[in-house]
Amino acid sequence: MTDISLLSKGEAGQKLTKELLLNLGPQHPSTHGVLRIMLELDGEEIRGVDTIIGYLHRGTEKLAENFTYTQIIPLTDRLDYLCAPSNNLAYVLAVERLLGIKAPERAQYIRVMMAEMARISGHLLISGALPMDLGAMTTLLYVMREREMIMDLMEMITGARMHTSFCRVGGVREDLPDGFEPRCREFCHVMKQRIDDYERLIAENRIFLKRTRDIGKISGEQAIDWGLSGPCLRASGVNWDMRRDNPYEIYDRLSFEVIVRENGDCYDRWKCRMDEMRESVKLIEQCLDQMPPGPVAVAMPDIAFPLNKITVKSSMEAMIHHFDVSAYGFPVPKGEAYVSIEAPKGELGFYIISDGSPKPLRMKVRAPSFINLQALAVLARGCYLADVIAIIGSLDPVIAEVDK
Amino acid sequence: MELMIAAAVIMVKVILITVILFIVPVPLTWLERKIAGHIQQRMGPMRVGWHGLLQPVADGLKLLTKEDNIPDQSDRVLFKIAPFVALVPPFMVFVAVPFGDDVSIFGYETPLYLSDMNVGLLYILAVAGLEIYGVIFGGWASNSKYALLGSLRTCAQLISYEIPMGFAVIGVVMLSQSMNLSDIVDAQEPLWFIVYQPLGFFVFFIAGLAEAQRIPFDLAEAEGDLGAGYHTEYSGMRFSFFMISEYLVMLTISVLCVLLFFGGWHGVLIPLPAPIWFALKVGFFIYLFMWFRFTFPRYRYDQLMSIGWKVLVPLSILNILITGIFVY
Repeated sequence: MTDISLLSKGEAGQKLTKELLLNLGPQHPSTHGVLRIMLELDGEEIRGVDTIIGYLHRGTEKLAENFTYTQIIPLTDRLDYLCAPSNNLAYVLAVERLLGIKAPERAQYIRVMMAEMARISGHLLISGALPMDLGAMTTLLYVMREREMIMDLMEMITGARMHTSFCRVGGVREDLPDGFEPRCREFCHVMKQRIDDYERLIAENRIFLKRTRDIGKISGEQAIDWGLSGPCLRASGVNWDMRRDNPYEIYDRLSFEVIVRENGDCYDRWKCRMDEMRESVKLIEQCLDQMPPGPVAVAMPDIAFPLNKITVKSSMEAMIHHFDVSAYGFPVPKGEAYVSIEAPKGELGFYIISDGSPKPLRMKVRAPSFINLQALAVLARGCYLADVIAIIGSLDPVIAEVDK
Repeated sequence: MELMIAAAVIMVKVILITVILFIVPVPLTWLERKIAGHIQQRMGPMRVGWHGLLQPVADGLKLLTKEDNIPDQSDRVLFKIAPFVALVPPFMVFVAVPFGDDVSIFGYETPLYLSDMNVGLLYILAVAGLEIYGVIFGGWASNSKYALLGSLRTCAQLISYEIPMGFAVIGVVMLSQSMNLSDIVDAQEPLWFIVYQPLGFFVFFIAGLAEAQRIPFDLAEAEGDLGAGYHTEYSGMRFSFFMISEYLVMLTISVLCVLLFFGGWHGVLIPLPAPIWFALKVGFFIYLFMWFRFTFPRYRYDQLMSIGWKVLVPLSILNILITGIFVY
């Protein structure tokens, strides 16, 4: 970080030109939340960048220490609130590793499908928001239309639109509703055409290219050094995707292409997300094709909630388990586990230490937005003021995830 | 008696033009929001009145009743007069704008303009340039970095784009051999100047977009990076004066496009009254401005400058050269 001093060095009585210190945020239309950036400006050129975070700190990690493992799931929703299913997935995978269990196949397919839907929803928003920050407002309203379709599908599955909390340790909450598949397939069909629409609308626009090409460039090595992940890393030419290189759930059964681009500038990061949405649509369709019938939660009544709620009212045993799991949670064997997945923003990891009680001793979240945002200071130096906005937009930080 | 009638007619015209100009931004805001809505696949304002027609009235009432906030550390005098300084020049421009041929009302023959200046074009360009003072005052007096940066950008932008704009109209002046706007329009009776001056029109229109501070050149109020630019600190009616002035500049540019390149009030094929043809053409350009706004991103400050100086200025000089060769 650069140290920023208001006072310029110089002898008394001398006329000095000094840098303008501009406070961008935390209330600013294009910092995508409550991000605050102190910019040292020389005219319109950026001399120094200081990113100040913490305005949305809710203490997720500390809170988790006082919650049972099931109660933490809704907390993870609120990290990257655009893609709640991905967060749920990463968290339950970590707990499942501690427990040494695996969710039934159908549940895995549902989780992956929802995570991919979340990826589309998250990428949609940012691929509309970046052009909007640059002045092309229409794109945002176009992508909102398709995002609404995803929200409706989410609502159909879970009853909630954003904070889905659908994953459970050992499965998912319940099976897919009737009539979901045709609607989902219709969405996939529409989505493919709409991505082409967006690209026709903005991707070839000369002004958009001028504002994003070669702006905020980062090389592959630098990107690795700064710990970038997700589309931000792949746009710099690093071929790394957790879904393919460290497969979890059923990703090894699905075929998809990892989108890699060369330049590592704002445009490539944006385009990378556009192309990834196409792949995600394919993944959703494959999930629908391959999804086997069967249970959606493990048959372990002391961990998973009973799928059939009637049994709770008729069977004494089921009721005791249900009460136990709801009120006290379930103990998790002593140990520690780190699981990371390819979330829309990058590598999202959960590191959980258990002391054998029903509550974690410590939970650490490796939030991709937080780590990606660090690169802002390098990327923005030497750019123009207006470029900072493009760079923030292309890094795609979700401040809720940055501040945790 | 003659003198009395002449004075009365001028008074009526002055009042009419002022009132019309004050009212024109009202439907324009509605139109802009409606066009935005339909381009963006939504309805736009729908609640107040039929299809939101009364929305501008509601907006106006809201702005009137809002607190007139003046920042503590601001230069109060400049801060207060800046909106008026920005508002007056667009009104003054319309003194020299002709809207049609002579008409006779109650047997009294009168031309459809306030003043028939022989250097009308020069006058318009000069007066329109005055608006910049309002922007400078507003940005400086607010004592806010965002406003200051916004007004700095605007000044640089307006000054650099006035040059190609001025050069672009020289072609028209050479063709019509006059700076009088009604003469220019009359010279286009056989064929519109757009046919002779496509390059001139192109430069003029782009520079006009920049003068009106519309996307893709709306750096002054780039809400992406500067919040609202030079009027960040303004609220209530003072803010709305800036808005009115912006809409009027847009109107001025559209009117000039029509007068200089698209035959003014001369229609084609369908015989309609001159002012209606005029309004239709101006409306088309206003629509174009709005269409652009919801299609393009905006340029960066340095890109804008390089377009102005490295593309438009050479092009406009080239246009003068070509026109010169053809005329003589």
